[in-house]
Amino acid sequence: MTETIEIKNLTKRYGDLVAVDHVNLSIARGEIFGLLGPNGAGKTTLLMILSTLLKPSSGEAIINGFDVIKQPSRVRQSIGMVFQDPSSDELLTGYENLKLHALMYDVPMNRIDEKIDEVLTLVDLEKRKNHKVKTYSGGMRRRMEIARGLLHQPHVLFLDEPTLGLDPQTREHIWEYIESLAKKTSMTIVLTTHYMEEAEKLCNRIAIIDHGQIIALDTTENLRHTITGDIVSLKGKNLLVEELKKLAFVKKAEQFDDHLQLTVENSGKNLQELLRTAGEIDFVEVHSPDLNDVFLYYTGKEIRESEGDMTEHIRSLTRAKQK
Amino acid sequence: MNTRKFLKGIYALWYREFKVFLNERSRIISSVFLPLFWYFIFGGGVGTITSTGVNYQHFIFPGFLAMTIIFSSLFNGAYIVWDKKIDFLKEVLISPLSRTAIFIGKVIGGMTDALLQASILIIIGCFLGIPFTAANILLSFCMLFVLAIGLVSLGLIIGSFLESPESFGLVSSFVVYPLFLLSGALYPLDKLAAWLKVLTHLDPATYAVDGLRNVILGSSSMSFGYDLLIVISFDILMIFTGTWAFNRMKL
Repeated sequence: MTETIEIKNLTKRYGDLVAVDHVNLSIARGEIFGLLGPNGAGKTTLLMILSTLLKPSSGEAIINGFDVIKQPSRVRQSIGMVFQDPSSDELLTGYENLKLHALMYDVPMNRIDEKIDEVLTLVDLEKRKNHKVKTYSGGMRRRMEIARGLLHQPHVLFLDEPTLGLDPQTREHIWEYIESLAKKTSMTIVLTTHYMEEAEKLCNRIAIIDHGQIIALDTTENLRHTITGDIVSLKGKNLLVEELKKLAFVKKAEQFDDHLQLTVENSGKNLQELLRTAGEIDFVEVHSPDLNDVFLYYTGKEIRESEGDMTEHIRSLTRAKQK
Repeated sequence: MNTRKFLKGIYALWYREFKVFLNERSRIISSVFLPLFWYFIFGGGVGTITSTGVNYQHFIFPGFLAMTIIFSSLFNGAYIVWDKKIDFLKEVLISPLSRTAIFIGKVIGGMTDALLQASILIIIGCFLGIPFTAANILLSFCMLFVLAIGLVSLGLIIGSFLESPESFGLVSSFVVYPLFLLSGALYPLDKLAAWLKVLTHLDPATYAVDGLRNVILGSSSMSFGYDLLIVISFDILMIFTGTWAFNRMKL
């Protein structure tokens, strides 16, 4: 069996809201797989189901050969999880947090210290192991929690928004750790993110997920090539849209709130003619397509930062209340 | 799940509680000094107007041992609501451990904290002239042990139902203080009005205080065995309820 994760028709409903909608997905051993979608798309809910913290409404999921509903304990032993929010005890030292984890996951007593040093070295934290977690920076704490997720040698490592809330420099560091991790082990890594750049940099394969459904699933390379040509954005009061659509090298034209977006073949050569046809222009921008455009292509909207689905919304409310 | 993993899981949870206890010295200090304030200030003041046969400060000392256990156990248990807030609880619940192992580990961890605090108080009591002997210290520990188990469990049960740390205040007002004030820690039970007497007898801590006073001072209204039996029954009820509550707890 080469599939580490098999998901069939997985659905999770909260009343009328369908957070995860008939998801089918197979992830092979050793893949770095990305679930890309806006906040509230259902990524975290999906991870919660796969990690047995939530029960699905229907459908099934098999991880490392174990059923998440029928064999939750075996599934838990097979996975490592790095949560979106800090989940370590800040009154304990890094070492103590890791030791607690090792005990809970039944790492042999005589190997605990050795394993702890090994994973801490991997994330460059061995010097801080006897410091309390509350003295750690956000990035250090995330690294410590990644190390913790590795301690019991899981078959699958889940990373829920691994760089959310970190500054760009720390983000790059975390990416390096994840990449080196993937090289050194043959572990399957599944991460959720709403950062295009992150998905593009780390993942072999990506599922674009929106409103609980997978709307595109392919290798990062292929997804990027979904769009052939370049993206030309135009702004203007009276653009001659119909004329533009007639041009042979314009593959696609889409009107957004404030701009017209064209997919254009060989823009270097054809731009001049395009601009001549377009009418009066206030603004023009040409760029080669990236995942953002792919996302736009499939969902018809920009990846949203602020909107959230019901669970995310409730979550942020309770969190706000608690603060 | 096999027994070895089960016990190791319990040890894991105990390890965490114990390390937090050692790392948080302010909690230890306050839990030892609070009863001492009561002893010297409240006991010293009220002692001038009461006639309980024995020295009033000595009379209430066993009550303060129980008080340390009541406060520390219940708060320790209900503290689980903070674990929920910081998502630490997810890390524990996502481990392969059964909920039962998690519950028992937490009970033993909280009980250890409470007993360590009570030990400090017993040592101080020796210097205050409380008539401690090796035998009555041993019996006192038995009573404090069973009381702590039941009350940590009760705290965990309450904590497992609480949604946010704000409701923590409710635990203090509606559980901790009533249990303490009704326990007879501060007054003898025999001359109470009937309605109050009924309430005090519904409080498991009453039996612990009575038992402690029995072994330490030789004065009590019930036999030590009876007191112990009631508190143990309370423990059994709490452990079963707690296991149930943990198994149904959602995030």
